Amino acid sequence: MNAVGALPLSATIALAVEARTAAALAAEGLTKAYGPVTVLSDVTLDIRPGEVHAVIGENGAGKSTLMKLLAGYVSPTAGHLLMRGQPIAFPDAAAAEAAGVVLVHQEILLAPDLTVAENLFLGRELSRGILIDDRTMDQRTAEVLASIGAHCHPRDHVGDLPLAQRQLVQIGRALLQPRKVVIFDEPTAVLANDEVAALLEVVRGLRAQGVAVLYISHRLDEVEALANRVTVLRDGKMIGTWPAADLSQRRMAELMVGRQLDVLYPPKRSQPSGTPLLAVEQLSVDHGAVQASLTVRRGEVLGIGGMIGSGRTELFEGLMGLRPAEATRVELAGTAVEHRSVKDWRELGLVYLTEDRKGKGLLLDEPLAPNLTLQALDRIHPRLALNRDKEAAALDKAVRDYDIRARSVHLNAGQLSGGNQQKLLLAKVMMTDPCVVIIDEPTRGIDIGNKSQIYDFIDHLVRSNKACIVISSELPELVGLADRVLVMRGGRIAAELTGDQITEHNVVYAATSGNAYETDQQDHITINKVGDQNDKRDDAYRDH
Amino acid sequence: MTSATTHIAIIKAPRRIRWAAMGPFIALAVVMLAGMVLNSNFATGTNMANVVTRSAFIAIIAVGATFVISSRCLDLSVGSMMAFVTGIMILTMNRLEPSIGANAIFVGAVVGILVGATCGLLNGLIVTVGKIEPFIATLGTMGIFRALITWMSDGGSIPMARALREPYRPVYFGDVLGIPIPVAITLIVALVGAFILYRTKYGRRCMAVGSNADVARFSGISVTKVRTIAFVIQGLCVAIAAICYIPRLGAATPTTGQLWELQVITAVVIGGTLLRGGKARIWGTVAGALILEMIANLMVLSNMVSEYLVAAVQGVIIILAMLAHRFIK
Repeated sequence: MNAVGALPLSATIALAVEARTAAALAAEGLTKAYGPVTVLSDVTLDIRPGEVHAVIGENGAGKSTLMKLLAGYVSPTAGHLLMRGQPIAFPDAAAAEAAGVVLVHQEILLAPDLTVAENLFLGRELSRGILIDDRTMDQRTAEVLASIGAHCHPRDHVGDLPLAQRQLVQIGRALLQPRKVVIFDEPTAVLANDEVAALLEVVRGLRAQGVAVLYISHRLDEVEALANRVTVLRDGKMIGTWPAADLSQRRMAELMVGRQLDVLYPPKRSQPSGTPLLAVEQLSVDHGAVQASLTVRRGEVLGIGGMIGSGRTELFEGLMGLRPAEATRVELAGTAVEHRSVKDWRELGLVYLTEDRKGKGLLLDEPLAPNLTLQALDRIHPRLALNRDKEAAALDKAVRDYDIRARSVHLNAGQLSGGNQQKLLLAKVMMTDPCVVIIDEPTRGIDIGNKSQIYDFIDHLVRSNKACIVISSELPELVGLADRVLVMRGGRIAAELTGDQITEHNVVYAATSGNAYETDQQDHITINKVGDQNDKRDDAYRDH
Repeated sequence: MTSATTHIAIIKAPRRIRWAAMGPFIALAVVMLAGMVLNSNFATGTNMANVVTRSAFIAIIAVGATFVISSRCLDLSVGSMMAFVTGIMILTMNRLEPSIGANAIFVGAVVGILVGATCGLLNGLIVTVGKIEPFIATLGTMGIFRALITWMSDGGSIPMARALREPYRPVYFGDVLGIPIPVAITLIVALVGAFILYRTKYGRRCMAVGSNADVARFSGISVTKVRTIAFVIQGLCVAIAAICYIPRLGAATPTTGQLWELQVITAVVIGGTLLRGGKARIWGTVAGALILEMIANLMVLSNMVSEYLVAAVQGVIIILAMLAHRFIK
């Protein structure tokens, strides 16, 4: 993928050299590898005083690694950093902070039982003699809070504050001392629409003060509204840097995706999908999904797209009864389902395969057989006592059917490779012979051979007149597998894509863009927008 | 899954000797050898029978504790629960003895079992439904049970009716086929415990809950139910221990079973059961109870160390066992 509007090479270099001496922070050839795995290779960029430089990319593109390198949390394998043209190395985050570079974390890292002021000064408390100087700290806190438009009091307990205020407290903590470079890691991921607008104002305020801001996000609407320049990362590589004015949201999505489908995927099924098997009406999950409705038919692979944090996993954990959730109606094969628990669903023929293989899927310290049969104990052992022979037979069959490779059956599940763990987990949920299988991130962290086997499995499943829901962050997977894709954003189902509409950039676009699809007339693809709930956020942006 | 890849047969490797699992039994053997060397009276038949019989109470309660701990909970109330059950049983038997004679013992035992199960259920529900940390919940009930026995005995003791002493005596002092009855009961409790833990669906679920409650939940297992049942099993074991204990002293006092919870947890932990749940070793637990009693016995028999330091030595042992466990692993 070539850079849009690339300058001649010599001019580019001259410009780059000049820019780097002026840059508040610059990276040259930054590379990070963990053992044989290179997660970021050869990234060169600069952040100038008084600009917002956005870094965009899919999940796993290397954004987090880049920002950790810039803020001194990890050291690069190759390449180096420059401040004002002078090479500099940050042995740790404290060194970066001392040099004026600070990272605002995505997760809120505050002590909920302490006050706002105590949190701001945690680990760097002011004192007079041996006594803590609360009065000065409260005063300084109030100043910092005012400068970023936070409405809380220095003596408020952080645990009592709404999420958005906590986020501002966290930013306040980063800005307690004057900063040259502030790096934001997806600061709006946990915020509601009006809170997002307030946060963007804070960022603009920093820029006006001459601070160099690196802004990492996958919400393209924010990037368009905020950034001076945009750098795109993909698969750990740098695709290029462009002035934000030269990029539309659609172009950004294309640059982020930029991949081609390969032959990993089984051919799409030609016959139309059958009767509805699972129908969910207006399912709302606490801290997750909002009034989401969906249907999956026999013989269909339904893909669920959306960024991490868009409520995909929460929606289906809520459906399974694993989180508090309410729905107006849930039907399986035409029959209303009253009680939703993993156990009830299992009897009815619906299973959910978690994305958290190690934390929620398998007992890593137990051998393969107890793992395989855990969900189907009543089915395999109708009586009180366990039948070891049946268990061994079930394991033998699963090992053959699912091609689980282990050096010994006495190994614990944790000793298998990721791909074999995933196949064991698949075998485990299939023990009860379900008719609808929900698979959350079917191929996360597994190699290509195992991926292709799992895709084949999903294909066979739906060809035998069952249904499969695939939740995935991997766009090629959604495009390659799904007959229909629902894209989630902010807990709602934002779009439904069918047939030729299912393309990587349509999914990214629907998952990231708050702005109206209707205005984008040059594109012949139409996306069926579900509901109008998203308009609120659009308005919030148009106001600025 | 059909795929073009060739299958690699699973090679059935011979089971390695698991030193971590053997640990408690090796330790037991070492203590016995040391005992034989240090004191000629230690290995005599009478002394051995005495030691094993005395260890029965802790062993029986510890079998129950193995369930609770393997489901990643803890029960601190077992010692005072034991005293409470003992008190209720004696009061019941004394009340019934004038009318039904020695049959009162059977009724008393049934009442004891019911009270034990109820106490366990109470602990379980506070922990699972009340969602209170097991440590705090059972610290609370520990105080309650202890206060109740003190109140029932008016700070003194509740003696068993004289007429019941003789018929009840064999339960502690008698034997079947040369095996002391408390030892036989311990064996039965451990066998049943091992069967439930290793061979039933409940046992499997108990391990799963202790190993990773999320995995259990995502597999459709009710964590609440599994843990509550573990506490009930604990209560039943306490009641069985109480039934064996009464004829030994013939009375319940406010100090009955005092600090037994520490010995019970020590026995479970040196037996190889993980405090963080998920791995349970019933026979290790029994070995742990034996080790504790043998060391106490050895200290009483020999004059090298004062018997007042028994608890200190047991404390050292639990720490050593934990260290050994880490290094063997």
